Amino acid sequence: MHSPTANVPETVPWVARVSMYAYPTATALLIFAVWEAVTRAGWVSSLILPAPSIIIATSFENLPLLLQMSGTTAAEFLLGFALSVAIGLPLGALVVYARPIELAIYPLLVAFQTLPKAAVAPIFIVWLGTGITSKVLIAFSIAFFPIVIDTVVGLRSAQPETIHLVRSMGGSALQVFWYVRFPNALPAIFAGLKVASTLAVVGAIVGEFVSSDRGLGYLVLVANGELKTPLVFACVLILTILGIVFYFLVEQLEKFVVRWHVSSRQVEAVGTY
Amino acid sequence: MTRPAATLLKLDAAAAHRDCFVRLQNVDKVYAGRGGGLKAVDNVSLDLHDGEFLAIVGPSGCGKSTLMMMVAGLSPVSAGEITIRAQNVTGPYTDVGVVFQRDALLEWRTVLDNVLLQIDVRRLRRADYEKAAYTLLERVGLAGFEKSYPWELSGGMRQRVSLCRALIHNPSLLLMDEPFGALDALTREQMNLDLQKIWIDTRKTMLFITHSIWEAIFLADHVIVMTPRPGRIAAVIKIDLPRPRRLAVRETAQFGHYAAMVREQFQAFGLLKES
Ligand SMILES: Nc1ncnc2c1ncn2[C@@H]1O[C@H](COP(=O)(O)OP(=O)(O)OP(=O)(O)O)[C@@H](O)[C@H]1O
Ligand SMILES: [Mg+2]
Repeated sequence: MHSPTANVPETVPWVARVSMYAYPTATALLIFAVWEAVTRAGWVSSLILPAPSIIIATSFENLPLLLQMSGTTAAEFLLGFALSVAIGLPLGALVVYARPIELAIYPLLVAFQTLPKAAVAPIFIVWLGTGITSKVLIAFSIAFFPIVIDTVVGLRSAQPETIHLVRSMGGSALQVFWYVRFPNALPAIFAGLKVASTLAVVGAIVGEFVSSDRGLGYLVLVANGELKTPLVFACVLILTILGIVFYFLVEQLEKFVVRWHVSSRQVEAVGTY
Repeated sequence: MTRPAATLLKLDAAAAHRDCFVRLQNVDKVYAGRGGGLKAVDNVSLDLHDGEFLAIVGPSGCGKSTLMMMVAGLSPVSAGEITIRAQNVTGPYTDVGVVFQRDALLEWRTVLDNVLLQIDVRRLRRADYEKAAYTLLERVGLAGFEKSYPWELSGGMRQRVSLCRALIHNPSLLLMDEPFGALDALTREQMNLDLQKIWIDTRKTMLFITHSIWEAIFLADHVIVMTPRPGRIAAVIKIDLPRPRRLAVRETAQFGHYAAMVREQFQAFGLLKES
């Protein structure tokens, strides 16, 4: 090989790597320390704001219940998210490829998006019952829009020369899609997926708030009604963890699938002057 | 045995242009836009013969890229006719290697995979071309970068990858739009020498667009000078320099004479003012 530099990966300096986690962790620890101190000192009632230590203790005491409720909520937002992907991606492609479809449904999509979903959630419950189906659909209705929009933007953003190139190789429209348009759209699609992953969680909870008999949202309402504030906070804690883990998984998938993209190049993303 | 008259006539016409590979007849291009559109190419007629190296020079924005896109069948003509081997061009012509002005590399493919895109899209067997791809890359000074991604390359290196991609499948027609525009002077001269060698070895029919008067004269059999927009053909200059041409050829009186002819054309357009 002529150039040994070609295959040696640049490593991220360890300082940058550590600070990536150290800074947010330090900030969070500081907030929790102040929180703990303020509540221990008795300045606020634990009915209003329980100490972090109490929240964590409560979480462990009620772990079986919390896990069971988490299972329901996770199933709701995962299915809602999956449905968003299954419908959002093809819909985005249709909008790009079929002009009549674009004209017919794009404005309606935008109109639907501006509709406050929390306000129509009760209708979903009336139509679909109080079971998991209505929650899945509410999660879907909130999460699928960014996927459609970002798919459309991504598919349209291919450099014209790259499309011309494949056509001059005798490539069909389908080949243009697989070799150029789709891979080129992936960074945008993942941007949509990441937003959707957080919205799906919101959707599941909104659904549970309106009417349900299980799930973390349901438990929040029950615990709140019984003035078990530490349990409410425990639910929020678990929900936050679920949301972060889900987002993290989508992000890891993104890093793997579009590792060629600017946003995944660690050297530039982390290194600053 | 008698032939119908019409067939005879057609055969005669075909015989007359037997070695005419690409033929443009009164080609216009008007881009739709505000105020009735923009005329980019105006009444261009030219013949490109089998194995001929044709260079086009002209001021920026005069319609050179547009002309190439029409020849490739990637952009329709507004008026006139383009034929390749006596066939009307109505869609992409595929027995071709194209180098676009922008390198058009796919960011998610490695250098090697970008070159082999040509093979993948044409559904040819990768194994048959992999060695040729390595050889081509080495020839343009990219050995060792086969597994790199485009973003790890400089602008000039990227353009060299797209050159390899245009050559890998051994097409009979090459369309190149300022392929060496992003290279430093030294690499550019090397690439000119290499391209000349490839061309002498293979005698591919070549349509080569460039800003460089020097490069056009050094490489081509004929240099076409285009006017500012809308692009018309201002002059066709036949370059009678023996091949292989060496870099020192540009110091000869004959080369200087050709360069002066092109320069005079530009000066006639009001370009290249010297005071
Ligand atoms: N897709 C397009 N739509 C509208 N106008 C265009 C388009 N492509 C080119 N033009 C116009 O046509 C004219 C010729 O463009 P073209 O790219 O062919 O020039 P060029 O000779 O290749 O210039 P350069 O040497 O700078 O590359 C320009 O004035 C440009 O504004
Ligand atoms: Mg151009």
